[in-house]
Amino acid sequence: MKSSSFAYRRAATAEEAVALAREAGEDARFLAGGQSLLAALNFRLDEPCMLIDIGRIGALRGIRRVEGALKIGALTRHAEIAASVEIAKHLPLVAQAIHEVAHPAIRNRGTFGGSIALADAAAEMPACALALGARMHLLGPDGPRRVAADEFFLGLYETALEPGELLTHVEIPIPPAGACHGFAELARRRGDYAMAGLAMMLGPRTGAGRDWARIVFFGIADRAVRSPSAEAAIVAGAAPEECAACATDGLDVFGDMNAAESTKRHYAAVLLRRELDRISDEENRV
Amino acid sequence: MSAPVQITLSINGEPITATVAPRMMLVDFLREVAALTGTHLGCAHGVCGACTVRLDGASVRSCLMLAVQAEGTEIETIEGLADSGAEADLLDAFHRHNAVQCGYCSSGMLVSAAELLAQGGVPDRATIRDHISGNYCRCTGYQSIVDAVEEVARTRAGKAGAGA
Ligand SMILES: Cc1cc2nc3c(=O)[nH]c(=O)nc-3n(C[C@H](O)[C@H](O)[C@H](O)COP(=O)(O)OP(=O)(O)OC[C@H]3O[C@@H](n4cnc5c(N)ncnc54)[C@H](O)[C@@H]3O)c2cc1C
Ligand code: FES
Ligand code: FES
Repeated sequence: MKSSSFAYRRAATAEEAVALAREAGEDARFLAGGQSLLAALNFRLDEPCMLIDIGRIGALRGIRRVEGALKIGALTRHAEIAASVEIAKHLPLVAQAIHEVAHPAIRNRGTFGGSIALADAAAEMPACALALGARMHLLGPDGPRRVAADEFFLGLYETALEPGELLTHVEIPIPPAGACHGFAELARRRGDYAMAGLAMMLGPRTGAGRDWARIVFFGIADRAVRSPSAEAAIVAGAAPEECAACATDGLDVFGDMNAAESTKRHYAAVLLRRELDRISDEENRV
Repeated sequence: MSAPVQITLSINGEPITATVAPRMMLVDFLREVAALTGTHLGCAHGVCGACTVRLDGASVRSCLMLAVQAEGTEIETIEGLADSGAEADLLDAFHRHNAVQCGYCSSGMLVSAAELLAQGGVPDRATIRDHISGNYCRCTGYQSIVDAVEEVARTRAGKAGAGA
């Protein structure tokens, strides 16, 4: 299908984008990489009055090292994340997960900030942001503010972004020495959104357990969700099969066209078990 | 409200200026305004890869990009790739290996394959499949496409090795 018509404005700065959005009202949309928004318009799932193109705001693009963290500009493309030496070195979870996001041509256009702002329940980057305790930098008509990942993802395509508010950067703390990551997903075809996925960070070892754990599942609920039961079990030093058994306890899991709710719970447990086994195998080898 | 916008871009090395509605996708601009029908529209939502073109050197979906977003960029389509001769060996390998049947996927497939080959070296078959995973072909079963890309990678690497 073809999109309905809309007005088009290109913003040169983040401030200009926010001002344009304020003028245009609630039916305007920011256009970043367009890899989700333009598909939705072609389907007529959305009929905005105006697209505000933020794609050329240079200040919102690129990866910078700041005190103890990497600050990723919202317009940094998936392909740039995949090629970044800083990401590979400091955020191996993101470096691994980015290869599961769509296909090369889509990664050449799609942006990190677009993925976070869209907050698809089955998307990899929101799950990584949550596992890594990222902080979202937002800019609205009333100025800038920061929101922690734990308070950012609120529901199905729902985030803490107010209408007309722009995500400018995502700041991701560099994990401490001794921390490690796990990532796995099940998809029917290469590059598809996950039927079920796991992104996790484990803090340094303390005896049989861990200092802390952030276990995030995606593709199984209305958004990327942490599993408090699995986190507690891991911190307490429970065996991988015990941690996996409680993987989705207390979580609202939804079935979809890919799999029923019970199947999704099973997938989540299997992914967690596999990654915990892999990590303990690797630790025993050294 | 949706006032037309004037854009200037380069397509296959030639500058073009036109006035377009904001909602016009690049694929429609290429086919209907620039009359370059080698780029195909399949699904219109990024899944099939038939519309893949080169934008400033990188492969992109022309069905998921507005023509107005292409302002000031350099686009290369299959027509440019074929005319320049830069990918003549790849086109030839597609012919010889029967990697083309109905041809609907071919222009996008070639743009994706050329992007992988430009990275140099000889990618293994899994890497080739991974790189063309976003390009659907309903005819060939992919085997012959992977054969063609692999052969070109080997031949180019051999030449580069011999030249060094
Ligand atoms: C075939 C296909 C397969 C895909 N597979 C996957 C996959 O497996 N995993 C995955 O994660 N993604 C996948 N994607 C989506 C892709 O990663 C998108 O690039 C991404 O979700 C959105 O980024 P974008 O820059 O294209 O955003 P856009 O499409 O431009 O925008 C998406 C939404 O976010 C808003 N927005 C964008 N940027 C900002 C900002 N800075 N501040 C505020 N709001 C903003 C827009 O207004 C819009 O509502 C796929 C896409 C396609 C077409
Ligand atoms: S037409 Fe663009 S990907 Fe199918
Ligand atoms: S040759 Fe027919 S779709 Fe590929």
